[in-house]
Amino acid sequence: MQTALRTSLPETELASRANFAPHARVLREERPVQTSGLPLSIRGLRKSYGDNEVLRGIDLHIPAGQFVAIVGKSGCGKSTLLRLIAGLEKIDAGTISLGEAVKPEDIRVMFQEPRLLPWASVLSNVEVGLGRDRASSDAHSRAEKALTEVGLTDKRDQWPSVLSGGQKQRVALARALVSRPRVLAFDEPLGALDALTRISMQRLLERVWRDQGFTAILVTHDVAEAVALADRVLVIEEGRIAHDVVVNTARPRERGSAELAGLEGSILSHLLSADDRT
Amino acid sequence: MSLIDSVSLPRGLRLPRVDGLIQWIVPLAIIAIWQVASVTGFVPTRVLPAPSDVVLAGWKLLLSGELVRNIWVSFWRASIGFLIGGSIGFAFGLANGLSQLSAKLTDTTLQMVRNVPHLALIPLVILWFGIDESAKLFLVALGVFFPIYLNTLHGIRTVDPQLIEMGRIYGMTDGELFRRVIFPGALPSIFVGIRFALGIMWLTLIVAETIAASSGLGYMAMQAREFMLIDVVVLSILIYALLGKLADSASRMLERLTLSWHPAFQKR
Repeated sequence: MQTALRTSLPETELASRANFAPHARVLREERPVQTSGLPLSIRGLRKSYGDNEVLRGIDLHIPAGQFVAIVGKSGCGKSTLLRLIAGLEKIDAGTISLGEAVKPEDIRVMFQEPRLLPWASVLSNVEVGLGRDRASSDAHSRAEKALTEVGLTDKRDQWPSVLSGGQKQRVALARALVSRPRVLAFDEPLGALDALTRISMQRLLERVWRDQGFTAILVTHDVAEAVALADRVLVIEEGRIAHDVVVNTARPRERGSAELAGLEGSILSHLLSADDRT
Repeated sequence: MSLIDSVSLPRGLRLPRVDGLIQWIVPLAIIAIWQVASVTGFVPTRVLPAPSDVVLAGWKLLLSGELVRNIWVSFWRASIGFLIGGSIGFAFGLANGLSQLSAKLTDTTLQMVRNVPHLALIPLVILWFGIDESAKLFLVALGVFFPIYLNTLHGIRTVDPQLIEMGRIYGMTDGELFRRVIFPGALPSIFVGIRFALGIMWLTLIVAETIAASSGLGYMAMQAREFMLIDVVVLSILIYALLGKLADSASRMLERLTLSWHPAFQKR
């Protein structure tokens, strides 16, 4: 249905409908209209730490602009996969290709900890995200725009220490977004937040992903979060992709709907049955 | 009936910044009690002269120019010694904090030297330098070196590695990483070192001046002892206290200026 919608409406028409409130829903059910994301191809990826083989041959293709969630038990290698994609670790064997020539600013990572510089104001923390463009004349305005996107314009001159956990994570998101990345990798970014803040952060993540159309890779231990946000959920077990589940539910998704709950249940039972086998 | 009740001002006269004055209540009270004890003869003036006598002695020395000259000489020695020892300590702290090779090469040696009380070197230093300026500068620099070295090293080693990884991901060069992440992260610890070092600086200088000098506050106190000028001896001791407090306040002010991001320095 989604693809049908996309082909039936030319982009200009979609854009004009965006300004017309009664039809806004039609647009919002659509995946990012024009994706700035990069496609991702992984072949035969392996990684070991000492004798411990964490990833045992991962083959994966992620189309540009897709929102992929990676779930699995702790120690299954999901964070390692993300760190390899983000280039934070060296690959032992296999390849990860992102299509064209990629700039470092094209790939950004957001961690469970906000990792803000405590001695820099909120605004200059966001400016850090510009990478090599930090010194450019529009650095300030770009950082301010990113802060507006996460709704923290009024905190621009504050120290990070006065912010709440959720606000710090939103600053970290602004820092990741400010360079307009084409792949954004999230390593349990909401893991340390309380339940209500989590839900509002999930909505924010979904919104910026739709607005900007980057390829999103979310590592999480929360299956409900994965099915609520992702187009596709990968279950990793013992260093391999054990299941590849497509989530077709239209957006915006209703949290706790029967459809999502059923999907969540089946993914959880996969994870738990793997537990029983060992 | 506390002391504060008896000195409290009438409502209309209440000072706006009374908070800043609270810290001075205890020293002023001690001086008042001391004065009363001396005047009533409870403490013989041979043992401890009255504060008024000390002030008078200070006034006389001030008029003769001797006081200012001795304070200046001591202040100069303290600052130069502090700068020399502090910068060497800071440089070694940086080098050993940032480079494994440098740490392996020098840290063990420095830790061994650290365990020698630096004042034990006074006889050797007198043999080397006589009672020249360089003897005092050497001792002060040596004393100041270790607290600054240790705390700079500690500060750099304990910078959050997650922040360093973040800096690298966001494309910071080594220089930027140092300037924006490592140095600011180490700064609180460096300030701890500076405040320790300031204490050691005065201690070392006074001991060195007492033993081998021909000018300075320590020398002034020793000379006064020779001539049984107990008011001058007490005056010198009080000046040490004031100078120590001054150095501490200066470093605190610097701390507040540079660490305003730190939760501990934010206004509550």
